[in-house]
Amino acid sequence: MEFLVASAIGIMTAAGLYLVLRLRTFPVIIGISLLTYAVNVFLFASGRLTFGAPPILRDDVLAYADPLPQALVLTAIVISFGMTAVVVMIALGAFLGGDTDVVDDPADPVEGDAS
Amino acid sequence: MSHWIILPIVLPAFLAPFIVLAARFHVSIQRAISVAGLLALIVLGIGLSWQVSDGTVLLYQLGDWAAPFGIVVVGDRLSIFMVLLTAVLAFFVLLYAIGSGWDARGWHFHALFQFQLMGIMGAFLTGDLFNLFVFFEVLLIASYGLMIHAGGTVRLRAGVQYVLFNLLGSTLFLFALGSIYAETGTLNMADLAQRVQLIDASETVGIRVAAVLLLMVFAIKAALVPLHFWLPSSYAEAPAPVAALFAIMTKVGAYAIIRVYTLIFPPELEATLGLHGTWLLPAALVSLALGMVGVLAAKSLDRLVAFSVIGSMGMVMVAIALFTPEGITAALYYIVHSTLAAGALFLISDLVRHGRQNLALTAQAPVGGMAMTAAFFFVAAIAMAGLPPLSGFVGKLLILDAAFDTPQVVWIWAVVLGSSLVSVVGFARAGSVIFWKSHSVKVQDHAPIAPSALSYVATGGLVVLLVAHTVFAGPVTRYTNSIATSLFEPGAYVSTVLDTPGKLSEGKDDDAAYAQDDEEH
Repeated sequence: MEFLVASAIGIMTAAGLYLVLRLRTFPVIIGISLLTYAVNVFLFASGRLTFGAPPILRDDVLAYADPLPQALVLTAIVISFGMTAVVVMIALGAFLGGDTDVVDDPADPVEGDAS
Repeated sequence: MSHWIILPIVLPAFLAPFIVLAARFHVSIQRAISVAGLLALIVLGIGLSWQVSDGTVLLYQLGDWAAPFGIVVVGDRLSIFMVLLTAVLAFFVLLYAIGSGWDARGWHFHALFQFQLMGIMGAFLTGDLFNLFVFFEVLLIASYGLMIHAGGTVRLRAGVQYVLFNLLGSTLFLFALGSIYAETGTLNMADLAQRVQLIDASETVGIRVAAVLLLMVFAIKAALVPLHFWLPSSYAEAPAPVAALFAIMTKVGAYAIIRVYTLIFPPELEATLGLHGTWLLPAALVSLALGMVGVLAAKSLDRLVAFSVIGSMGMVMVAIALFTPEGITAALYYIVHSTLAAGALFLISDLVRHGRQNLALTAQAPVGGMAMTAAFFFVAAIAMAGLPPLSGFVGKLLILDAAFDTPQVVWIWAVVLGSSLVSVVGFARAGSVIFWKSHSVKVQDHAPIAPSALSYVATGGLVVLLVAHTVFAGPVTRYTNSIATSLFEPGAYVSTVLDTPGKLSEGKDDDAAYAQDDEEH
C-alpha cells in the first residue's frame, strides 16, 4: 500500500508540473488540479497509513486512524475546488477578451487598456 | 477570556455578506457601511494595542477547546501591530476608492474589500498553521475578485497569472503542512515550537524539508526573488486602490516569516541551522538589487511602483534575515514605512492617470491637478528611495546599523547603498519626465479634469502618516524594539497558548468533559 500511495503522489505531481509548464490555460488548470489531487493524498498519508481502523476513540479498539488529516483534506478539497472554479472563469474571460490562451505576457505588452 | 481579540476577523466577515445582501444596489449605503467598519477596526486596533502594550498575550479559544486540540486566536504585540497597520492603510485606500469612483466601476467592491480584510486580519491573528493557510486562501480569493475589478482584457490576463501562481503557492503550502504534521503530529504554532525542539538530531530530514517548503511559501507571498514573478504584472494592472491595499499583502508573507522562524524554527535550532543566513539573506539582497534596477528600467509609472515594492520587500527581508532583535526592530519599522509609501505611490500613480492616455514614462500634456500630485509624488518618492529626511532614510539607517556587527556587513552595506542610488535615479527620471517635461508639450484645448478632493485627502493622509512615522521614529522604534525582544523570548507566548485551561485540558475540566461525553453515549 505504501508503494501505491507514494507512486500515486509522485506520478500525479510529475504530470501536474509538466502540464503547468505548458503555459496554455487549459493544460495549466488541469495540471494544477492534478497537483491538488496529489497534495490531498499526501495530506491524507501524513497521518500514517492505516487499514480499516476507526477514527473515533472506542473502549475495545487498539488501532486508530488519525482523524485530523481527514479534516484537513476535506478543507483543502473544498478550497482547491473553489479556487479552480474561479481560475476557470477568469481564464475564460481573458481568452474571450484577448483571443489567446497563452498564460505568459506577450513580448510587447499592450499599454493603456486597463483604465 | 476577552472576546475583543476575535472581532477584527468577525466584523469584516459579517459586514461583507451584509453589504452583498442588504445594500446590493446602493453604492452610497455600501460606502457608509464600509467606512464605518474600518473606523471600528482602527478603534479596535488601538484598543488592543493598548491592552497588549505591556507584553500580555491575548488568547481566544474557539468553542473553549484547549490549545493543541482547539483552534486559537492569539494576539501578541506583533500581531496587533500588524492589525492596526492594516486597518489604517485600508481606511485611506477605501477613502480613495470612494473619492475616485473606482468602487462603482464594477460589482461588489466593498464586499470583496471586507473579505480581503478578514483574510489579512485572520492571517495576523491565528495561532495555528493550518488556519494560516485557510486565511491565506480567504485573502487570496477576495484578492482575485478585487484584482480583476472593473475588467479589461489586460487586467484579466494579469489576473490569470496571479491566480495560477498563487494556486501553485497554496499547493506548496499544503505539502509543507503535510510534512510538518507527519513529523510532529501538531499544527498549533506554540505546540510546534516545543515539539520541534524534541526531534532527534539524526532524524531531521522531514522537518528540514518542511522548514524549507514553508519558507518558500512565505517567500512567494513576500515576492522574494526568484519567486517574485507574479508581482509586477498583477500590481501594475490591478485597479490602483486595490494595488495600494495589496501593499500589505507582501507584508503578510514577511509577518509569517518573522513569526514562524522566530517561534518554531528559531535561528539557533540545530535542524534548520543555516537556513536564515545561507539562503534567506542572499535572496533578500538579490530582491533588493533587482527591485531597484527594475525601478530604473520600468517603462511606465505603475510598473515602476510595483518594482519599488519588490525592492522595499528585499530591504525588509535583509533586516529579517539577520534574525537579531536589532534586525527585527529595523524590519518592523521599515514594514510600516514600506506599506505606507507603496500605498501612497500606487494612489499617486492613479492621480497621474487623470488626463493622460496611459502611464508610460513619456512626455504628455500636463495632468489635472498637477501641482498637488507632483508634490505628493516628490514626498512619497523621497520616502521610498530612502533619502533624508523621511522615514525611508531612518529605516535604512536602522538596517545598516543592525547589520554592522555581522560577517556579511560588506555585502549588505554595498547592496543597500548601491540600490538606493539606483532607485533615486529611477524615481528622479520618472518624476521629471511626467511632471516637468509635460510643460514642453502643447496644452490640449480643454483643461483636464482634476481628481476629486477626497482622492487628495486619502493620498495626503498616507503622505502625512509617512511624515509622522519619521517625526515619531523614536517612540516607534522603542515599541518595535519591545516587540522584537519578546519575539526572541517566546516563553510568554507558548505558555499562554498551551497553559490556559479549556475543554480537554488536563485537570478537573477533563473528567467533567469525559463524564458528559459518556452520558451522551
